[in-house]
Amino acid sequence: MRRRRARRQLAWDAVGVAVFAVMVFPVFWMVTTAFKSNDEIVSLTPSWLPLHPTLQHFRDAMHRPYFWTDVKNSLVVVLASVSISIVLAFLAAVALARYRFGGRKAVVVLIIGIQMLPQAGLVIPLYVVLARYHESNALTGLVITYLTFVLPFCVWTLRGFLIGIPRELEEAAMVDGSTRLGVFLKILLPLMAPGLVATSVFAFITTWNEYIFARILLNDQSKQTITVWLSYFLGSSRHTDYGALMAASTLTAIPVVVFFLLVQRRIAFGLTAGAVRG
Amino acid sequence: MSDGSQTAAAAGTLLATSRRRRPSLARAARAGVPYALIAPVAAVIGAVLGYPVYWLVRLSTEQYGLFELIQHKGIPVGLRNFRSVLHDQVFWHTLLRTVVFTAVNVALTMVLGMAIALLLARVRTPVRVLLSSGLVLVWSMPVVVAVQVWYWMTNFENGVLNYALTKLHVGNYMQHDWYASTTSQLAMVTSLIVWGALPFVVITLYAGLAQVPGDLLEAAEVDGARSWMIFRDITLPILRPIILILTSLSIIWDFGVFTQPYLLIGQSRIGPANYLMSVYLFEEGYFKSDFGRGAAISILMLAIVAVLSVVYVRRMVRIGEATA
Repeated sequence: MRRRRARRQLAWDAVGVAVFAVMVFPVFWMVTTAFKSNDEIVSLTPSWLPLHPTLQHFRDAMHRPYFWTDVKNSLVVVLASVSISIVLAFLAAVALARYRFGGRKAVVVLIIGIQMLPQAGLVIPLYVVLARYHESNALTGLVITYLTFVLPFCVWTLRGFLIGIPRELEEAAMVDGSTRLGVFLKILLPLMAPGLVATSVFAFITTWNEYIFARILLNDQSKQTITVWLSYFLGSSRHTDYGALMAASTLTAIPVVVFFLLVQRRIAFGLTAGAVRG
Repeated sequence: MSDGSQTAAAAGTLLATSRRRRPSLARAARAGVPYALIAPVAAVIGAVLGYPVYWLVRLSTEQYGLFELIQHKGIPVGLRNFRSVLHDQVFWHTLLRTVVFTAVNVALTMVLGMAIALLLARVRTPVRVLLSSGLVLVWSMPVVVAVQVWYWMTNFENGVLNYALTKLHVGNYMQHDWYASTTSQLAMVTSLIVWGALPFVVITLYAGLAQVPGDLLEAAEVDGARSWMIFRDITLPILRPIILILTSLSIIWDFGVFTQPYLLIGQSRIGPANYLMSVYLFEEGYFKSDFGRGAAISILMLAIVAVLSVVYVRRMVRIGEATA
């Protein structure tokens, strides 16, 4: 009886490891390919690990035209839209988490509803409007469009973090004679620091990964973001340089993966937090 | 738990108001505080979203191509764009294809997600840590990166997929082109989307499983209930709200998906035969520079998504109201 149970447990564990292997395989394949020599890559019998590891593909990818320019563009766009969003969103989040006021529900519906809009649905008017103001093909135009989805996301997530901070703390400080501003600076802000960091990082990731707006609004190669750069990597060449492609993919993914691993725990349940606690 | 803190907070507010009566001017100023806090966000959203939405509606009633874009002036045509789209066979075929595609993707995501979540609860701790960190790693992969990896793994010359299938004696897949037929193209897109969506679904469902009282499961087991009965009668009802939210989110996301089909199938093979809604909109509106007609398609698509979102938004608003 006990032995049968042990054997069953072993079977479950084996299935678990197998699922892990299947899920992680694409990431594994990307990284190992990036280090393989070209002979190994084009070989019809693939080797699991690079036999002669090389950094050549990474060098190739980084020396491709516009790699560094487009990394810089991505950083500029991401930092601008995230910092604008986080400041404005924090104020709105305080209003939503700490006050009851007429029209509050409408604001909540709007904040949640906007996040559900498919981005493709907004591409046409955004392009036309920005073209009219000569802001298409400019990073400022992209920052503006990114606000459409980063702002609501930040408001909603920060609101979630604020609700987690007991109101009693602020009230106690008020009773002790602090002003509202004092409470905000001395109590709310320090307590919110982890939430602010997590939300900014998550907003950073979504913006860094964004593709369709950047693809449509930026035409110049020197003005593209890194995701668009990567999507054009293959171009129309017949002989695909898979090694360099995987090296470029790895480079694009690294900042996101690192940041994501840092904040995943804090933000993981943001979308469904209420439902889980239900 | 939330009830307790809520009543405490309510009592706190009551105390505060009764203790110090403020002059009415100060009270009015205080009532304005939330509006002042909301104002910047409202102004920005109104400008960056409201203005384009106004243009969306306006464009949909105009003939607006490249020439009009340069002239800064559209030609009003009433509802002609909508009539043209609604009489277009391609629109209806695309809609049907997108609905089927969404149903398949969401079903696969939810069923596999539930299976892996249950598996996660069954395995021993080291395997659980391994599997969940693997899931988080997959979750963090940018979509455009994942597309390139898929492209490399499934290419017909030396993709590892063909090699593995042949080695495993599934059949001879050497030189098999996965992008030769529409069904196969969309199947590849589905595999990519489901792979990318699973981590979020699994981890959320697994968190939900922790809510299922262990003694309830044990009692059922002692009573001799079979494991699928326990799942159906205990686990599933408790998970119902989470499943509902995850399903509606997946429906909304998969219906509007763009990057995966557009990039994986590739510009050269994209065509009316494999259009999904967002790709159709992109090709007809932006690529052909027929912005008026594109705007009409956008409005139809946004209307469909709005209907699909009702369940989710209502639920989230209810939760939001309850926890504030």
